[in-house]
Amino acid sequence: MDRLFHEFLFYMQYPFVRYALIVGVLTALCSSLLGVTLVLKRFSFIGDGLSHVAFGALAISTIFKLANSTLLIMPVTVIAAIFLLRTGQHTRIKGDAAIAMLSVGALAVGYLVLHLFSTSANISGDVCSTLFGSTSILTLTKNEVALCIVMSVCVILFYILFYNRIFAVTFDEDFTKATGKNAELYNLLIAVVTAVIIVLSMNLVGSLLISALIIFPALSAMRVVISFKGVVICSAILSVAGALTGILLSILFSTPTGATIVATDILLFFLSCLIGKIT
Amino acid sequence: MAYITCSHLTLGYDGKTVASDLNFKVEQGDYLCIVGENGTGKSTLIKTLLGLQEKISGEMLMGDGLNPYEIGYLPQQTAVQKDFPATVWEIVLSGTLSGCGRKPFYGKAEKNLAEETMKKLGIWDLRKKCYRYLSGGQQQRALLARALCAARRVLLLDEPVAGLDPKVTTEFYQITKMLHTEGIAIIMVSHDVQAVNFAAHILHIQQENSFYGTKEEYLESDYRKLFTMQRGIES
Repeated sequence: MDRLFHEFLFYMQYPFVRYALIVGVLTALCSSLLGVTLVLKRFSFIGDGLSHVAFGALAISTIFKLANSTLLIMPVTVIAAIFLLRTGQHTRIKGDAAIAMLSVGALAVGYLVLHLFSTSANISGDVCSTLFGSTSILTLTKNEVALCIVMSVCVILFYILFYNRIFAVTFDEDFTKATGKNAELYNLLIAVVTAVIIVLSMNLVGSLLISALIIFPALSAMRVVISFKGVVICSAILSVAGALTGILLSILFSTPTGATIVATDILLFFLSCLIGKIT
Repeated sequence: MAYITCSHLTLGYDGKTVASDLNFKVEQGDYLCIVGENGTGKSTLIKTLLGLQEKISGEMLMGDGLNPYEIGYLPQQTAVQKDFPATVWEIVLSGTLSGCGRKPFYGKAEKNLAEETMKKLGIWDLRKKCYRYLSGGQQQRALLARALCAARRVLLLDEPVAGLDPKVTTEFYQITKMLHTEGIAIIMVSHDVQAVNFAAHILHIQQENSFYGTKEEYLESDYRKLFTMQRGIES
């Protein structure tokens, strides 16, 4: 244990480890906040679909060798999010099918495009690291970290200011509309923020595992807490704890970061289930 | 002038008409019961009254100080709500959101209103309980309290006693009666034959030739027989 602690201190000297921890904690916090709403609104799969869209956009931006790929990925994902939540509102099945379609479609096109046009010698390696985020979190630049901090602060501010309205549209959309509140606008904002969070978390866990970051903390929190506010706070704590533990473990034992974080989240979920059963 | 006046109102969605030529009004202190078979446009009428959906033709006027979006709505339960983690307090308080305007958070006035309403409906002691662990009757009271926080003049209840046992059903009707005697106009959409007994006016929706009149007129009409006959067959 002592040896591990020293090793931890040793790694903390490096800026890339500190960057990874900052980005990890912030994206985990943001994704868990919105996760509660998405799970309760039965939109768990939106995260999955959007992350694949983000992957497709990333593939395209790689071909064009864009200097800042986020500039392309962000708008594309936001538009996809708006499109998905729009169709989901009217009929559930259509929304479901739309997500599935977009999700696999973007994945296939992304891979195809990469395969056809990529100049890189190691395509499979590139694809693997985008999908599973194997090393990207440890290679963050200062600018990327700054961008992540700004975005996260925006997301958290949005969530706090709109908290009561988010609760209202999550619990009962029709009622909220009937009191003259613009529920459509809130839904739209939720969609946009979800897209932002997904693009942010691509660095952390890669695009295949983002859903885990969104749904696991929320589901775990729902097992143990009964109030909405409590679930939001608990899910944020669980998510940050999972991300911190996951990143540190992955550094100490040289395991893939994204998968380790998700594995920690799964463990926390089973622990919460157990606690929920006992109490 | 009445709170709500509808004349020659035609309802439908996607350009399809479900009910036409509805004429009725809701006045201050009124108790209107809306009955009709499934698929005759009860839910469409609710959505139109609440401003969630456009009417096809005809007139729907709000008056006597009632503004659009000032109808307290007690919706039917959705699947999402059955396992929703929220306390009764959070849910009732969310009804006061309409009074918040652009304020992001609830103020003293909103919290007082929620507390007062909950005490009146006898659910103050349940405020820290989780919504999903409440009995059906308690859940309905919580949603009713939320509706009362959102609006003080008119309440629109959508099948409020569906799935409640007879004792709780009677209790619920008593609460509605209490609110009615306090001067709140009630619009109740119901399948329950018992609901008609409390009403002052009845609107029996059909695709065409819908009935609107006082309860006494309704009880003597052929519509009543039709309604009880259908109920009798189904139950």
